[in-house]
Amino acid sequence: MANIQEKIAKLFPEAVCEQFDTLQVTIPDSRWHDLAVALKEDPDLCYDYLITIVGMDWKTSMGCVYYMMSTTRGNDVIAVKVLATGDREMPMIHSVYDVWAVATLYEREVYDFFGIVFVNNPDMRRLFLNIDWIGYPLRKDYNDDPNINPATTRSERQSDFTQSWVEEPDGRIVKTEPRIFAEDDFVVNIGPQHPSTHGVLRFRTAVDGETIKKIDVYMGYIHRGVEKLSEKLTYQQTLPFMDRLDYFSAHNYHHGLCRLIERAAGITISRRAEVIRVMMDELSRIASHCLFMGTFCMDLGATSMLFYTLRVREQILDIMERTCGARMTFNYDCIGGVMQDLDSNFQQDVKDLLAVIPANIKEYNKVFVGNVIAKQRMEGIGHLSKEDAIAYGVTGPSGRASGWSCDLRKIRPYSIYPELEFDEVLATEGDAMARFKVRLEEIVQSARILEQLVDNIPEGEYCVKVPKVLKLPVGHWWEMVEGCRGVFGLYLESDGSTQPYRLKIAPPCLPAAGVVDHITRGMKIADLIAIGGSLDYIIPDMDR
Amino acid sequence: MILTDITETLNFANVTSAIDNLLEQTWGLPSWAATTIECVLVGVGLLLVYALLALFYILYERKICAYIQCRVGPVRVGPWGLLQSFADMFKILIKELIDLKNVDKFLFALAPYLVIIASMMAFAVLPWGRGLQIIDFNIGIFFLVAVSSIGVLGILLAGWSSANKFTLIGAMRSGAQMVSYELSIGLSVLTMVCLSGTMSITGIVEGQNRLWYLFQGHIPAIIAFVIYLIAATAETNRGPFDLPEAESELTAGYHTEYSGIHFGFFYLAEYLNLFVVSGVASLLFLGGWQPLHIPGWEGFNDVMNHVPSIVWFLIKCFVISYIIIWFKWTFPRLRIDSLLKLEWKYLLPINLFNLVLMAMIIFCGWTL
Amino acid sequence: MEVTTKSMPYEAWKDNEYIENLVKELQESGTNVIVGQFDKLINWGRSNSIWPLTFATSCCGIEFVSLGAARFDMARFGWEVARSSPRQADFMMVAGTIVHRMVPVFRRLYDQLAEPKYVIACGSCAISGGPFRNSYHVAKGIEDIVPVDVFVPGCPPRPEAMIYGIMQLSRKIKVERFFGGVNRQQSQEQFLREHPVEGLDVE
Repeated sequence: MANIQEKIAKLFPEAVCEQFDTLQVTIPDSRWHDLAVALKEDPDLCYDYLITIVGMDWKTSMGCVYYMMSTTRGNDVIAVKVLATGDREMPMIHSVYDVWAVATLYEREVYDFFGIVFVNNPDMRRLFLNIDWIGYPLRKDYNDDPNINPATTRSERQSDFTQSWVEEPDGRIVKTEPRIFAEDDFVVNIGPQHPSTHGVLRFRTAVDGETIKKIDVYMGYIHRGVEKLSEKLTYQQTLPFMDRLDYFSAHNYHHGLCRLIERAAGITISRRAEVIRVMMDELSRIASHCLFMGTFCMDLGATSMLFYTLRVREQILDIMERTCGARMTFNYDCIGGVMQDLDSNFQQDVKDLLAVIPANIKEYNKVFVGNVIAKQRMEGIGHLSKEDAIAYGVTGPSGRASGWSCDLRKIRPYSIYPELEFDEVLATEGDAMARFKVRLEEIVQSARILEQLVDNIPEGEYCVKVPKVLKLPVGHWWEMVEGCRGVFGLYLESDGSTQPYRLKIAPPCLPAAGVVDHITRGMKIADLIAIGGSLDYIIPDMDR
Repeated sequence: MILTDITETLNFANVTSAIDNLLEQTWGLPSWAATTIECVLVGVGLLLVYALLALFYILYERKICAYIQCRVGPVRVGPWGLLQSFADMFKILIKELIDLKNVDKFLFALAPYLVIIASMMAFAVLPWGRGLQIIDFNIGIFFLVAVSSIGVLGILLAGWSSANKFTLIGAMRSGAQMVSYELSIGLSVLTMVCLSGTMSITGIVEGQNRLWYLFQGHIPAIIAFVIYLIAATAETNRGPFDLPEAESELTAGYHTEYSGIHFGFFYLAEYLNLFVVSGVASLLFLGGWQPLHIPGWEGFNDVMNHVPSIVWFLIKCFVISYIIIWFKWTFPRLRIDSLLKLEWKYLLPINLFNLVLMAMIIFCGWTL
Repeated sequence: MEVTTKSMPYEAWKDNEYIENLVKELQESGTNVIVGQFDKLINWGRSNSIWPLTFATSCCGIEFVSLGAARFDMARFGWEVARSSPRQADFMMVAGTIVHRMVPVFRRLYDQLAEPKYVIACGSCAISGGPFRNSYHVAKGIEDIVPVDVFVPGCPPRPEAMIYGIMQLSRKIKVERFFGGVNRQQSQEQFLREHPVEGLDVE
């Protein structure tokens, strides 16, 4: 870490480096773009994966915290804090969309929530909220009077234009309004109510015959404002939201937030609780991948597959239900451990599950993977290269299918993962077939983890005593865990009260949706469905 | 001579001529009146059978699909769920017919009727049993192929007149698909006509008295059969060729905007087309209503003759339909370009070659 | 009049009072014998053939998928014909949160359904906004947007609860009158008059 600090200090004398849980560099906006280029291009730094952009409103000033990871050099994380210039009417930061492709989308998100304008970003529309939304909801002085922005049945105003603030060579900033689609494009609306968008996502698709020319991803149809809601709740009360983001990774997300809060509050949990958490994580991973296979095959038209994969999922849900008391929204991990002890039959149930998994995997391979039509529909479709996967921040099984080793359980091990024996599943093809196969193989690896743990659950208390209302010291923390769909990042800032000052959720599905346009160009409409299915995004996770 | 006896009693022509006698001689009606009454009777009978079969097929598919997917399927409406599709029909009949702005009203309303009329006309010429056939053309099979392709017009109109982009894409896909696969159907039918030497439906069925054409024509007949099955699945817009109504891509394809009984027509026609193509397959390859005969096995053949011809026909249809339904619930959907590639690059050349092969086999007298 | 479904005892139902009141209301207005019989036949068909619209926004939608899968198998009741086109569906299972941006789309979907149409509010988000009620972007229940026939509480409701909810809907359909008399269509029309789609010129 020290030499990175030196290197940055040498290149940018005005940068201030501080060491929190990650190295944090503070840089004025005027030098930010240069620093971004250096961070990405310099062989000693090489931070090529932008994890997220945390928009911040510190009441007196506004700004962003960028979290980046280096994929080639030890997977270390660095934070860069940039304060916005200009007043609260129109704060501005220079865009880094040309450095990290995924920034285009993240900057739109920050603009939507905080009103920070990113200069030079070609597409500065709102992301989740209506064009005519009044105010920026995550600002601290946002007026949430329902009469200002009422829920109305009036059709949303649509625009064929986007907006962009461009810096002229003489330093003036000019607002432009470029067109999204060419004037004579045939634009088909796929979604928001469409059977294969897996929820309410909308693709404005410009097509030429059946060939896709451009896709404008339009989200926000299930944006529930979880981040803002959390700011009014105690730390314990923010936990149940994690179930409802990516409802398949409920345990993993809980695990992440609990780890973050426990680290901030200095709580150590028992080993029994750790083991239980990891087992639940892996069980949800199997259940999630099972459902993925089912819905993906259904998208391709092979409806029957869904019924075969759901069999295993139901079995896992039974195990969960006996211990957690619910089928989907478990709220099981809590600060200090887990909510209740394991069911007395848990071990036997897991063993029963492990006994049927190999036969099922074989069946899935037989029914679907070897199928000629399935091969034709998946092989070579939606090719995503490793470089693009990193640039667009596509993590999880989709990223690993492109050959990017991005499994946090391996590269930045947390909890008890370092002690466990399992392989990171990697493929190099980067197409829909690879994404499918990686998930299939991950089920096997998760089963391997469960096998090692099922007989080795240590005795001990399942939850340590934690005050009912938790107070965190002033500060900010960053945590990442591996959800079922990729890197799930959490940023927490506390002002010393019982409620989080800012809780930023960096979901894995948002970049997955962002890459759709890039990899569907020139493909057929039917391929869009296959690609969307294989990226396996969950809309509530993306929209939050 | 039990054989002739039994087939005589099971000959449906006896019933029809008895009705004719009753009308003309017993009641003394003039022949034009008798013909009119007979036509009405036939028409009503046809409609009734059509509706019942379609309803049966809907349930049939739902049950098979449930079986393939480890479920039980409809069980609660009527015994074993038998009345499920009747309930559905009552419901569809009274659903609102939505009046849409911006559609071509005449064509929009016409399209479902075109589809259902096409399937009904094809349905009418199927040979149901010995003597149970409405009209016997000398070009029967030609007529069948011709009318069954009127349906695509209805689908194209439906997609175009709905003023909806999804339906338009669905209709265009459908057009491309139907026109391509019509070729395969035509050529495989032609191959079999070569073998039978006649286009008359009765002639084709009678020709299989000794042995079904599938066995008579052996290799080329089997190739033609396989191609016919593939092309027929595509013709009826069923999975894996259900692109025009690909649910996960195009919402409901060309009939997205149809509601109530207009949608019901598309729904019924889809299932009836399934029956019609199965009927044609059994007619051309599996002997129509002819029982299973194996040359030399006199006792076996005799037993088979005791099964009424209509039962034979229906069983064959149901078995072939089962296979087509099985396809749908097994395979993923093809993409439009690979669908067309399959037809133009594989099926068509194979079919042409097969036709030549069949002609050669007949010329050399190598048929069984 | 006891309204029940095959192999379901009357006592097993939870809100018989509501249905009894509905029946009483209907019987007061009296009915023609022939029309009444015809009504019965049609209602038998309608109550046994309720096709859902494939519509889901979040977690509840996944439980709806489970409902269709082999364990719960809604095909037993004849509900498995999920139509993707609202024109062909009978009811809409509002499974998940409805947020501001979704409201106009949701209302349009409802308007696109062909009569007779029904709505089931499934899960606490659809009923009241659920855990997200205080959010700036979440509609506080769908009751203000469309008329709701059945509420199924839960977060998400278990598939069993969904089955029960749809069975209640089927029971409700059974006692409705299709021809004349007091029927739900009037209250529905009244609702729609009171809650017009904003920004739409009605001719």
